[in-house]
Amino acid sequence: MSCRDILAASAAGQRITDDEFLVVAEQAGLYDLAWCADAIRQRLHPDKVVSYVIDRNVNYTDICISACTFCAYFKAPESGDGMVLDRGELLAKIEETKKLGGTQILLQGGLHPDLPLGWYEDMVAAIKATGIHLHGFSPPEIVHFAELSGLSIGEVIGRLIAAGLDSIPGGGAEILSDRVRRRIAPRKCSADQWLEVMEEAHRQGLRTTATMMFGHIETMDERLEHLRRLRELQDRTGGFTAFIPWPFQPDHTALGRQQHYSTSGQAYLRMLALSRIYLDNIANIQASWVTQGPKIAQLSLFFGANDFGSTMIEENVVAAAGISFRLSEHEIRRLVDDAGFIPRQRYMDYRLVGERGGRL
Amino acid sequence: MKNRIAEAGLAGIHDKVIAGQRLDGKDALQLYRCTDILAVGYLANLVRERINGDRTYFIYNQHINYSNICTNLCSFCAFGRRKGDALAYEMSVDEVKEKVRARLDEPIVEIHMVGGIHPDLPFDYYLELLRGIKEVRPDVHIQAFTCVEIAHLAELYGRSAEQTLTALRQAGLGSLPGGGAEVFSPRIREKTCKDKLSGEDWLEVAKTAHRQGLYTNATMLYGHLETLEERVEHLLALRGAQDETGGFLAFIPLAFHPRNTALSALSGPTGIDDLKNIAVARLVLDNFPHIKAYWVMIGPKLAQLALSFGADDMDGTVKEEVITHMAGAETEQAIGSTTLIELIREAGRLPVERTTLYETIAEHGDAGHR
Repeated sequence: MSCRDILAASAAGQRITDDEFLVVAEQAGLYDLAWCADAIRQRLHPDKVVSYVIDRNVNYTDICISACTFCAYFKAPESGDGMVLDRGELLAKIEETKKLGGTQILLQGGLHPDLPLGWYEDMVAAIKATGIHLHGFSPPEIVHFAELSGLSIGEVIGRLIAAGLDSIPGGGAEILSDRVRRRIAPRKCSADQWLEVMEEAHRQGLRTTATMMFGHIETMDERLEHLRRLRELQDRTGGFTAFIPWPFQPDHTALGRQQHYSTSGQAYLRMLALSRIYLDNIANIQASWVTQGPKIAQLSLFFGANDFGSTMIEENVVAAAGISFRLSEHEIRRLVDDAGFIPRQRYMDYRLVGERGGRL
Repeated sequence: MKNRIAEAGLAGIHDKVIAGQRLDGKDALQLYRCTDILAVGYLANLVRERINGDRTYFIYNQHINYSNICTNLCSFCAFGRRKGDALAYEMSVDEVKEKVRARLDEPIVEIHMVGGIHPDLPFDYYLELLRGIKEVRPDVHIQAFTCVEIAHLAELYGRSAEQTLTALRQAGLGSLPGGGAEVFSPRIREKTCKDKLSGEDWLEVAKTAHRQGLYTNATMLYGHLETLEERVEHLLALRGAQDETGGFLAFIPLAFHPRNTALSALSGPTGIDDLKNIAVARLVLDNFPHIKAYWVMIGPKLAQLALSFGADDMDGTVKEEVITHMAGAETEQAIGSTTLIELIREAGRLPVERTTLYETIAEHGDAGHR
């Protein structure tokens, strides 16, 4: 099939194969790619709603034994510079979030060398007591807790759910290829382990998201491998609510010092559209305004995205890599409205705020 | 594809574009109102590729703003200062020469120089500026003084615009940038820049320059108080003037930046608005050879995307950009020519390093088509 035939079939609802993905990634013109992704978005979201969540990224610690080369946020344990967030400060942040109309906390942290599982369970219980939705602990953290505690991944997830964990964010996926992981994040969990956490979480009834950080040492085949593994898992469990791709932000990172990496606006939008086209079983694709800025984020609504992500009352990790876009809820609503869509606040599971039932 | 254009209500305009027919004001308004930016962009891209193919221009230039002292103090501007204000400045001719000298090792082919409407610098100052720059860098092309500055100097020193331009040209002026056009509508000028020369007079100065063989650019400052109808009127007025003289090189839509201006309560244009202004301009201004995506104003990411929405020029390497940055632009002040070449190539276009008058200096081939 020609590239255009592949895109036409995909727009009509047919799943594309791996070989077809590579043809499209290599050959498709910008408009053909955008039109296909946009047709799929329209089919999946005919109501013209573009959603967003009001939440806050809370980092309970920046102390991390992983030392990934793409990260500008972590502090090595031996440096003595790191922090562990004080419980009172954590609760104050949650209160502030609720006052701003926030519905959830995205809780993530570094891989701390010696905090016991009980410490995390206490933190989860304290957050849960405030009534806010807790979206927390990416798979590398869960794997780390399992290794430290000697429990299985399933047992750790079970304990955290019992303490009050509501859902799991899709961070730490980077590129789900062990060649890439060995080079940029050798101490982080393997691709298999990342997927195992998600499969187990889905089996225990948690919804999760999935991410991809691209635009560094990976090849297009490896991006495809990443998408393929997500699509296969989603076929088994249906537990992913959304996919969130973003480009590596090189400032102040070891990887960025080794070589010049820069993903242009067009390269981002192409990858976003390719994701929308390939991942036919994941309902929602998020724009990454935090890395792309408001202008490209708005355009991404025509390249497959149907969700503006989060207002991010607080964000530390991308900011450490030299990017400092800020968007208020008001501004997100204006951008969505200006693009011809209906802005709606949502929960983690994509139910709209102020509406019964789900739309997934 | 045809479906998308038809669903967007643009089938009639599509037919006109394919047939090479001129669009009218009603068409322009419909394009502005269309919510499908991909459909509008696709049509603009057809015209862009017909006129310029894959060629995408950039220039190695140096910006100099000789003074921010200004009697106009337009409400959309964060640059101008009253004389005597703590932040007011004016450069001596020697200071300007020093700025040029400091970058003699770079392959700069154009000096872009504009300033405020200064109440009392002598006419000789402007002549000396031009002569001084030429003395330090004889081969450089000086693109300087908007139509607003030209009209001001003519009035202040009792000469006609024609005489003023002749004197400046003899001192080294090569062409005029397109600033000060804002939005031609008298309603908008009354509200935002009532002391600035009128739209009609702006066009008259531009045409006078063209008749002397001086090329100029044209701009439109959008995203503040203007209506879509007023944007369309502006574009049609430019097209009419270009029909008369053929002296405009490029049209440059300028995105309003509200911060630190008297209109800071406004939000400024969105990315879709930026792309739409480029696309509609490409479609309406059928007699303009070039449409520029000025990355300083809309950011390098969007400027790159604009190359598929009608633009064929990314302006220059630009250092020390002051005017937009005083209004809160978050873009870098300089991007190297290597970065510009990469951005253009990645957009599947052919980077062409140019002179002010769009002569090719070098083609940086190997554009991978996408």
